[in-house]
Amino acid sequence: MGVEGIGASVVRKEDRRFITGKGRYVDDIKLMGMTFAQFVRSPHAHARVKGIDTSAAMKMPGVIAVLTGQQIVDDKIGNLICGWAITSKDGSPMKMGAWPAMAPETVRFVGQAVAVVIAETKNQARDAAEAVVVNYEELPAVPDIRAAIKPGAPQLHPEAPGNVIFDWTLGDEAAVDAAFAKAANVVTFELANNRLVPNAMEPRSAIADYNEAEEHFTLYTTSQNPHVARLVLSAFYNVAPEHKLRVIAPDVGGGFGSKIYIYPEEMVCLWASKKTGRPIKWTGDRSESFLTDMHGRDHISKAEMAFDKDNKILGLRVKTHANFGAYMSLFSSAVPTYLYATLLSGQYNIPAIHAEVITVYTNTTPVDAYRGAGRPEASYLVERMMETAARQLKVDPAELRKKNFITQFPYQTPVIMAYDAGDFHASIDAAMKAIDYAGFPARKAKAKAEGKLRGIGVSCYIEACGIAPSKAVGSLGAGVGLWESAEIRVNPVGTIEVLTGSHSHGQGHETTFAQLVSERLGVPISQVQIVHGDTDKVQFGMGTYGSRSLAVGGTAIVKAMEKVESKAKKIAAHLLEASEGDIVIENGEFKVAGTDKSLALPMVALAAYTAHNLPEGMEPGLKETAFYDPTNFTFPAGAYICELEVDPGTGKTTFVNFVAADDFGRLINPMIVEGQVHGGLAQGIGQALLEGAVYDENGQLVTASFMDYTMPRADDLPSFKLSHTTTLCPGNPLGVKGCGEAGAIGASAAVINAITDAIGNNRLEMPATPDRVWHVINGKAA
Amino acid sequence: MSTVKLTVNGRAVSADVEDRTLLVHLLRDHLNLTGTHVGCDTSQCGACTVHLDGRAVKSCTMLAAQAAGSSVTTIEGIAKGDELHPMQAAFRDNHGLQCGFCTPGMIMASIDIVHRHGGKLDETTVRHELEGNICRCTGYHNIVKAVLDAAGHMKVAQAAE
Repeated sequence: MGVEGIGASVVRKEDRRFITGKGRYVDDIKLMGMTFAQFVRSPHAHARVKGIDTSAAMKMPGVIAVLTGQQIVDDKIGNLICGWAITSKDGSPMKMGAWPAMAPETVRFVGQAVAVVIAETKNQARDAAEAVVVNYEELPAVPDIRAAIKPGAPQLHPEAPGNVIFDWTLGDEAAVDAAFAKAANVVTFELANNRLVPNAMEPRSAIADYNEAEEHFTLYTTSQNPHVARLVLSAFYNVAPEHKLRVIAPDVGGGFGSKIYIYPEEMVCLWASKKTGRPIKWTGDRSESFLTDMHGRDHISKAEMAFDKDNKILGLRVKTHANFGAYMSLFSSAVPTYLYATLLSGQYNIPAIHAEVITVYTNTTPVDAYRGAGRPEASYLVERMMETAARQLKVDPAELRKKNFITQFPYQTPVIMAYDAGDFHASIDAAMKAIDYAGFPARKAKAKAEGKLRGIGVSCYIEACGIAPSKAVGSLGAGVGLWESAEIRVNPVGTIEVLTGSHSHGQGHETTFAQLVSERLGVPISQVQIVHGDTDKVQFGMGTYGSRSLAVGGTAIVKAMEKVESKAKKIAAHLLEASEGDIVIENGEFKVAGTDKSLALPMVALAAYTAHNLPEGMEPGLKETAFYDPTNFTFPAGAYICELEVDPGTGKTTFVNFVAADDFGRLINPMIVEGQVHGGLAQGIGQALLEGAVYDENGQLVTASFMDYTMPRADDLPSFKLSHTTTLCPGNPLGVKGCGEAGAIGASAAVINAITDAIGNNRLEMPATPDRVWHVINGKAA
Repeated sequence: MSTVKLTVNGRAVSADVEDRTLLVHLLRDHLNLTGTHVGCDTSQCGACTVHLDGRAVKSCTMLAAQAAGSSVTTIEGIAKGDELHPMQAAFRDNHGLQCGFCTPGMIMASIDIVHRHGGKLDETTVRHELEGNICRCTGYHNIVKAVLDAAGHMKVAQAAE
């Protein structure tokens, strides 16, 4: 490895602008003549819009327009869609209810927009929005899954009788029934996966700028995937033709899934910019983030696992209800199906698995992918099950896992996924050693003598990342392919620009991707510029989510570099009067092997552009593009072990130790990888201990601010002890698997397994707040 | 409307603002100092933290008019030319930031923490003191490392002065 190549923990190229306050986020951008949008939002979870009186608002100072849901429907702006088709077990298609960008007739969650005010200043827009009078007829609300499936429940969408969107199954039901029939032991339990609010620190924001002369739109937006936004806005929402719409996602302050989707606010700003002839900025406040950013998780499940007399797993049966909220968000249907049920095999040999997933509408904010997206729900279920089983079977939880680990690769699970590589024993052994698992009983006894309840919890996760082979996901219902593109431009002076369809919103691509180039072409990373987040610069890309940027986007960069290298070698060979096969690249020099003849990369690049002396028939220039479509998912996996103490007097949990042993394949920048794990662990621990969106019986979000929804803060979390075990991913030339979601996928089960171990009671739901834990300890309903 | 006169990053400035204008909006919208961010509407997240007469304050929690006559330092005002403040350097060197949105507030709050605690900082104190600043990316692990690292450098720098 070079000092800046693969494996080097170089500090991030992008940091200087962030630490000096020179980042450029959407809300930092000002355009000439810019106006401001303020949305009028429903205070009711379910109501009919009987009338909207905009007359008073229109007379307010600075007001340019007040536009309503009916107008956007009249202008034939398309409804929001879900882009992944799922078929119910009876063969019927999923039941998608209509979702207009602003509601003309019916509102179905608190915060849904019914109108928008455009004014000269933000304060004027706010004041006028207060003056818009909406006449609502309240309807009975459905606040949660149980209420949604109750016979006679209020109906949300005429398209979805009984509020059911689909009832989908995966796996061989007969084989599972047979496995249970011969089981020596069956372990059964029910669990919930709590609803989370993503809360990227930068609130969503959009600026739409319509140029009448060019009939051209520019949208600045907080997006993880600007090209997908352009595609959807043009092809499905009819907002602007694709070639007349430029989407720019500049610095974006965190995403975690919530900025994948194309939101009503972006559609409305584009539409209204054309209507008013003015640039329009909308920036959400945190209350709007809570109410209108797509939420995550929200499952209730029943799981049953069958074991033989030697404690080998025979089968797993899972029935899950997933809450989709009031509408089907863009990727909502894929999350509790192909990103969830396909991971229910965990790290284990399970000969037969059957899952049934029933998804429902409720009068709540729509739910979609949030860090991990389906895989945390699967991992939590499997790892809580393994712990519960170990307790019921009276065996050590680590030993029960080891006994059932998959050890041969490739391994075809009964639920679609084919694991390509892994070493699950290596990761659990590393974690057990790091936490001194063997010494735990003595530590527990000592803590008990001091009046504390100490517990230890294991979680062995696996995830499917590097999303995804296009043909495979197409056959499963995806509306798009999930390849990635890259373009390498070697400039005449030898500096290099890498144009990528991946988008960095904290992941450090500007550094990691530059390291790939440094490794291959021997140039310093300061000579490499990563260009992303602008549809006018990068031709196409699928964006960043599902821990895909390096495994898919990075591989596209490698493929484009191969082409650049091939052409550059031809030029160098021609100029050095050598054979192409004798050219080697060392430290940015093209050398003739075994001689002292060489040419520096800038000289080769210059020759490519001057074109005075190129091989016969060669086109000038040194620029290459590659589209890379992966052949399989990647399978990061690892073991997390958490040791903690519970104060029986207060129910408060205090961490003693948290160790992680992850297998991400090859690490390009270990410092960045560890940062990703820290952040993921914080979100997983946040889900386990602190976070949970709460709706009351009327569908009001009770936890709609940072004063009510408990975000993990510095003093809620421990320092983490990380280590890595490595099996290279055979599916891509870098051998990488992806690291962005692991912590959020694996951590929750480790924490809950540890608390339930500490308190000696397995019935505990997330978030395990002190209040809830105290009630369980004292045998009282929380 | 009121005219507010104050010093920002060492320069005398004057702005005509609506009476309800918050300090953070004066900085961002009127002075184009967009390094100070708005991450919430309940004074919880700390992304808007600046220094007011040397003390860390959340600039979303005071009116611009309340800052009249004061000296405000923002994230744009702590480096000496190309030379980063030790806290800025420590955040970079310890990978104490990812998306960068909370970072200016974190850095401004952390400088104040070091000033108030001098050389007596430990991990527990740093974690407790950072309670008013929320980060969603880093899990705080490397932020805590950065603050402790910078505290050492700032002590050395102070001793040298």
